[in-house]
Amino acid sequence: MPEMNTSSLPDLIFTILFFFMIVTTMREVTLKVKFVVPQGTELEKLEKKSAVSFIYVGPPTDQLRAQMGSGTRIQLNDRYAEPREVMDFVAQERKGMLNQGEQTISIKADQHTQMGIITDIKEVLRKSWALRINYSASRRN
Amino acid sequence: MPGLNTSSTADISFMLLIFFLVTTSMDTDMGLARRLPQPPDPDQEDAQIDVKERNVLNVRLNAAGMLMVNHDVMDIKELRARAKEFVKNENNLSSLPEKHVKEIELLGPCFITDKHVISVQTDRGTPYNIYFEVQNELVAAYNELREELSKQKFGRSYTYLSDEQKAAIRAYYPQKISEAEPKNYGGN
Repeated sequence: MPEMNTSSLPDLIFTILFFFMIVTTMREVTLKVKFVVPQGTELEKLEKKSAVSFIYVGPPTDQLRAQMGSGTRIQLNDRYAEPREVMDFVAQERKGMLNQGEQTISIKADQHTQMGIITDIKEVLRKSWALRINYSASRRN
Repeated sequence: MPGLNTSSTADISFMLLIFFLVTTSMDTDMGLARRLPQPPDPDQEDAQIDVKERNVLNVRLNAAGMLMVNHDVMDIKELRARAKEFVKNENNLSSLPEKHVKEIELLGPCFITDKHVISVQTDRGTPYNIYFEVQNELVAAYNELREELSKQKFGRSYTYLSDEQKAAIRAYYPQKISEAEPKNYGGN
């Protein structure tokens, strides 16, 4: 029996590789807060991922709780931050964007967060002219 | 000259594939898109826009997550119907928002409540998921109204309309959810 011709196998695998590179996004940050986003029915897909920055809000993860306590924290990039630091974060994110007018901030907040901290973030976002926001959520069945 | 031995290219590309599978996430991000109002102009002091009482639907949430709409305490399940009634003002009641004739492309002159405002006020202690639920219900109310109008005027679901038709429907039912600065409503 002649051996099977496998010369096109690399091409096949490359095709799969490119498919995955296109449909997925790089995981950029290590999460330091844990959150379960609220559920909703009227959700829209987050489009233009290149113009989206994420703000994570929630209590520290289990490993970090011993040092950081269990109070609600804001995470920007790879570290914890105060609400006022959001302004610098927004400006910095905006600098690297091609379509700055479409900058969107996605707030990924835990469902048990109190509104106070969310409102603080929103106030700062308003001041930094990042007016498009998105409350991240999962679909309710 | 003998050809280059390419038998390991498959393995190499497999490795790349696995690397990408591990480092990337495929989850499609979903969420409720909102637009914040522009920051207040420091030169302009107290630019209080006078809004008639009948044009405002005050939605208040306290620290315990209880909902009050104008002067009635209600369950979140009832909010959608209340918001729809408010925005639509079908019978032109004097307690609901005033209506104006407005020329809209494709729809002609329409008698609509374009001056209405739904104001959401929260306490600092309001749980985020309750707030989110309220926002979701309000958006749902608008979406249902737009869907109804779309069926009635164009005979099709809003999703399948052309961009111009969608714009006309949006002009008929503009989304006006305002968020005032938080206040303390009972509890700390």
